[in-house]
Amino acid sequence: MSRLPADQHHAVRLMLNGKPCSGDAEPRMLLTDFLRHEIGATGTHVGCEHGVCGACTVEIDGKLARACLTLAVQVDGCAVRTVEGLAPAPDRLGLLQAAFKRNHALQCGFCTAGILMSLDHFLREVPKPSEQEVRDLLTGHLCRCTGYTPILRAAMEAAAELAGEPAKEKSDA
Amino acid sequence: MKPAAFDYVRAEHLDEVLDGLTREGGDARIIAGGQSLMPMLNMRLARPKTLIDIMRLPELARIERKGGSVTVGAGVRQATLLAWPELGKTLPLVAQALPWTGHVQTRSRGTVCGSIAHADPSAELPLVLSALGGEVHLRSTKKRRRVPAGEFFAGMMVTARADDELIEAISLPANQRACAFREVARRHGDFAIVACAAVATDKGVRLAIGGVADMPVTREFPRLESGALDDVLNTFAYELDARDDVHASARYRRDLVRLLGAELIREVLS
Ligand code: FES
Ligand code: FES
Repeated sequence: MSRLPADQHHAVRLMLNGKPCSGDAEPRMLLTDFLRHEIGATGTHVGCEHGVCGACTVEIDGKLARACLTLAVQVDGCAVRTVEGLAPAPDRLGLLQAAFKRNHALQCGFCTAGILMSLDHFLREVPKPSEQEVRDLLTGHLCRCTGYTPILRAAMEAAAELAGEPAKEKSDA
Repeated sequence: MKPAAFDYVRAEHLDEVLDGLTREGGDARIIAGGQSLMPMLNMRLARPKTLIDIMRLPELARIERKGGSVTVGAGVRQATLLAWPELGKTLPLVAQALPWTGHVQTRSRGTVCGSIAHADPSAELPLVLSALGGEVHLRSTKKRRRVPAGEFFAGMMVTARADDELIEAISLPANQRACAFREVARRHGDFAIVACAAVATDKGVRLAIGGVADMPVTREFPRLESGALDDVLNTFAYELDARDDVHASARYRRDLVRLLGAELIREVLS
């Protein structure tokens, strides 16, 4: 058994977007705050902090998760993927990101990081989704400015593109 | 919007969990998938001194079919149960209701038993447990007991679990007869305004309603002509003591109980 006392900092080691990474966290520290303030990976956004808006969605060990409903100490030893892992290089967009750009699927971008993570995960599991399936996935996210129609269009376009070229993501920055 | 401080215990043996609960009682809370407890911690509606994480205990992460029932351990995530190949055949009501529980992004972490422990009156899993007449398996250092759903839920987020008890699993009767589930919510995945489940029984139908009273409420209905059925459903709808809130009026909720209730009863008995 390991007991991590409340008033101490504890080492948390994880694989972040394929690279080993570590930081310190009190038990009560949320994964959102750990990523943003401890690691400096500010791509993951924080909206409601109670699991409703979806802005903080990341992947933990290959499964989607709300980072605001996860403690940093819970991901010790896990593999975490965030929006920073989507682009092939710092100045290039991934295929999904490029589809968002083309379709004006973001305005302020607050919700975007979470939506991209959900879609990236989903399109790998369901390569040829129906519009209804994408709509269902998007119920896990709130966007307060763009409207969901362009987001849906971008997702369907990215899915079609991925189905055409299954081997590799093309970038288009 | 940040949790108050707590010690975090990563349990490696079941004994550590039970000992911890015996020692610390109500000051300790179990964390599994965290999809109900973490919002409570973030909003400081819960301020435990200790969190005991049970997700690294493989013995709790099992789905087992034994005789006429299916046991779902405390570590089984909702997404895992939803992907269980035997679900549709063995637990058709769960197969219908579980996609309504939260979203893909929360079912991937949230556990089945966690939702039962949280006992939100509009959550789908407590409703299904009640409709099926399932049981909650409780365990402490001193004893083990099984509590039927009807006795487990005691009020708004209040259950029969004692402070030193762990919800080790739930069990659900397998291969029910005809059953049906329907829900009305603002958006798919939101908490239910009204959720309704019906299961055929020897004498007629068992109807369970969530989202209206403080906990899921079940009622047995004999086979009735449609006029008589409308009357008893109307009485049932009033007895649930619906309240107005930001999502819906009490009157709309009663309307949904009558409407969904009649629809499901007909479907199950046809
Ligand atoms: S910040 Fe995590 S869901 Fe809103
Ligand atoms: S782009 Fe502004 S909230 Fe979605």
